[in-house]
Amino acid sequence: MKIAIASGKGGTGKTTLSTNLAAYIAQTHPVVLADLDVEEPNSGLFLSGSPIATEDKFKMVPSWDAEKCIHCGNCQKVCNFNAIISLPKIVMVFEKLCHSCYACAELCPAKALTMVPEKIGTLKAYKQGNLHFVESRLDIGQEMAVPLIGQTESWLNDHFPDALLLLDSPPGTSCPVIEATKDVDFVILVTEPTPFGLHDLTLAVETMTTLKKEFGVVINRHRETGDIVEQYCEQNDIPVLACIADSRLVAELYSQGKMMYKSVPDMQQALDNIIRFLHLPGGRQ
Amino acid sequence: MKILFTAQGTGWDAKVDPRFGRCPWLVVVDSETNELTAVDNSDSSEEAHGAGPKTSRKVVELAPAVIITGNGPGGNAATVLEMLDAKIVTGAAGKTLKEAYEAFTAGTL
Amino acid sequence: MKEIVVISGKGGTGKTSITAALTYVGRGEILAADCDVDAADMHLLLAPDFGKPTDFYSGVIAKIDTEACISCGKCKAVCRFDAISIIDDKYVVSPLDCEGCGYCARVCPRDAITTPEQNVGQWFISTTRLQNQLVHARLGIGTENSGKLVAKVKAEARSLAIEKDIPYVLVDGSPGIGCPVISSLSGADYVVLVTEPTVSGLHDMRRVHQLLKQFNLPCGCVINKADLNPEFSRKIEGFLQDENIDLLARMPYHPDFTEAITQGKTIVELDGSELPEKIEILWNTIKSKLEE
Repeated sequence: MKIAIASGKGGTGKTTLSTNLAAYIAQTHPVVLADLDVEEPNSGLFLSGSPIATEDKFKMVPSWDAEKCIHCGNCQKVCNFNAIISLPKIVMVFEKLCHSCYACAELCPAKALTMVPEKIGTLKAYKQGNLHFVESRLDIGQEMAVPLIGQTESWLNDHFPDALLLLDSPPGTSCPVIEATKDVDFVILVTEPTPFGLHDLTLAVETMTTLKKEFGVVINRHRETGDIVEQYCEQNDIPVLACIADSRLVAELYSQGKMMYKSVPDMQQALDNIIRFLHLPGGRQ
Repeated sequence: MKILFTAQGTGWDAKVDPRFGRCPWLVVVDSETNELTAVDNSDSSEEAHGAGPKTSRKVVELAPAVIITGNGPGGNAATVLEMLDAKIVTGAAGKTLKEAYEAFTAGTL
Repeated sequence: MKEIVVISGKGGTGKTSITAALTYVGRGEILAADCDVDAADMHLLLAPDFGKPTDFYSGVIAKIDTEACISCGKCKAVCRFDAISIIDDKYVVSPLDCEGCGYCARVCPRDAITTPEQNVGQWFISTTRLQNQLVHARLGIGTENSGKLVAKVKAEARSLAIEKDIPYVLVDGSPGIGCPVISSLSGADYVVLVTEPTVSGLHDMRRVHQLLKQFNLPCGCVINKADLNPEFSRKIEGFLQDENIDLLARMPYHPDFTEAITQGKTIVELDGSELPEKIEILWNTIKSKLEE
């Protein structure tokens, strides 16, 4: 089973929930947590383990052969991304702008462009007890997160085909989050009861509805009375899996990079509720 | 000699745009005739990515001997402009083309 | 005209609250732009009138004319994104997978593939309840190229500021380090980093700062929720010193941040806290940095 933990807006507690849920289940059962927020991966700050794999990840970009080039300018013409320009004496490739479509190379009449790998990031995997933790990190200056997210998912499918997989997804509603959630069985949307949280949740709900995903909501910094997110979910028949009360203690523990399920009873209760709702292993029965 | 400005408009009163890749106009002055030619660069200025390479390609075609701009071309554009052998003068942002041109010819830019 | 871009790397550090508050104290001289187009929230505090809506087209997606298609399979063979599949014996494009490279259209022997530009959202030039202007956008769901919409919002804000002689453009930037944030940063005169004293806050700021170094942009830092973890606040201050980044302000962990959002106001409009004065000083500090 694959579950994504996502949110419309950043900073709502996605990583807190992902890491606590993973560590909590791992007390008794095997589980894999993958951080797919490759631009700013944070799960690793809350977990430790022994490294079991490190792999550089690449995308393919064209490399120009001056000897073969006939300066026809076709490569520039077929590139939709301004990633290759043909000047009177030279062809220049801007690797970071390249989307690896291969059009310039395969349509070059002189075969003067070959596709070569360029590093975009690094995947690392760790193990501690029942918990496998996988993280991918985009190199600074690389603009495109999607290929790295896709390659990380393929790696997970190859190495953990039957595992319980928790995916800490990137925030937002655009291409990276779609890439991270398109193959999952369920999406947990983490939000907070402010107009910002509600506004971004409605966008996330729209996205998941478009993707035809099953989803539910976890309300972080929950308010006992007049919780606007709770009201919205009720009106729209969206299941609320759990609520975590607003407290300075939670904020302080988070700031120190500490796990919460052991010291915050509310968090443990919330994790139990999620486990029960999704029929996951572990937790207090 | 052709002198190229990254500009916010098309005439002598237009200001030099500090940005290279995303300036809305490329204005060329022929120093012999003092005539201005403006090339629309708005298509580059609205590109999400690759504005630098796209603009510098146009600049290479215009083949100026001097480029007067503000912040200076970024990494991508700078690589392309190395082809040109043009003199790149930065720090002219905020001046009008006239002021920048006069300062350049007086050697004070 | 000077352009100031506020970014944070990590979400939830208070970037938008602080940007909106700066817009309030500098309302006579600031034109605001919301470039966090993925989760655009400034309008919830500034109540703009959504003036002059303009559809935004960006990027292309392939479309196969099934009448003209002869099912030769060339398009599917060249597509590197698995975006073309055969459904009921017909070749179709999956819009969510299509990258917009146009390769398929170039190899189609019958010209059966077109690549129309996509309507990915709308952008607005609004007047806010503070009577200043806000350029902002609404992005369609799951669309690519939010970076291009960011570039558009910024280009409009700049030209409007020049036209109306407004001295400062204040940009609420995007999170992360990828394409939208790189677009947000282009052409900035000064960058304000909003961070928080948490392990993730420091980690994300380091990454985003490396990006700023690549672009050679001057920057200063606001430590929000500074009293939440004094030890980490000191660590952040140490990092700022080592990297020669201006420490612009320390803001307290204060319930007014949430309360203001709930009331649809900026934090400087609530009475009885030290926040309004701190924001006022912050705005003056930023302006003085721009003069240096």
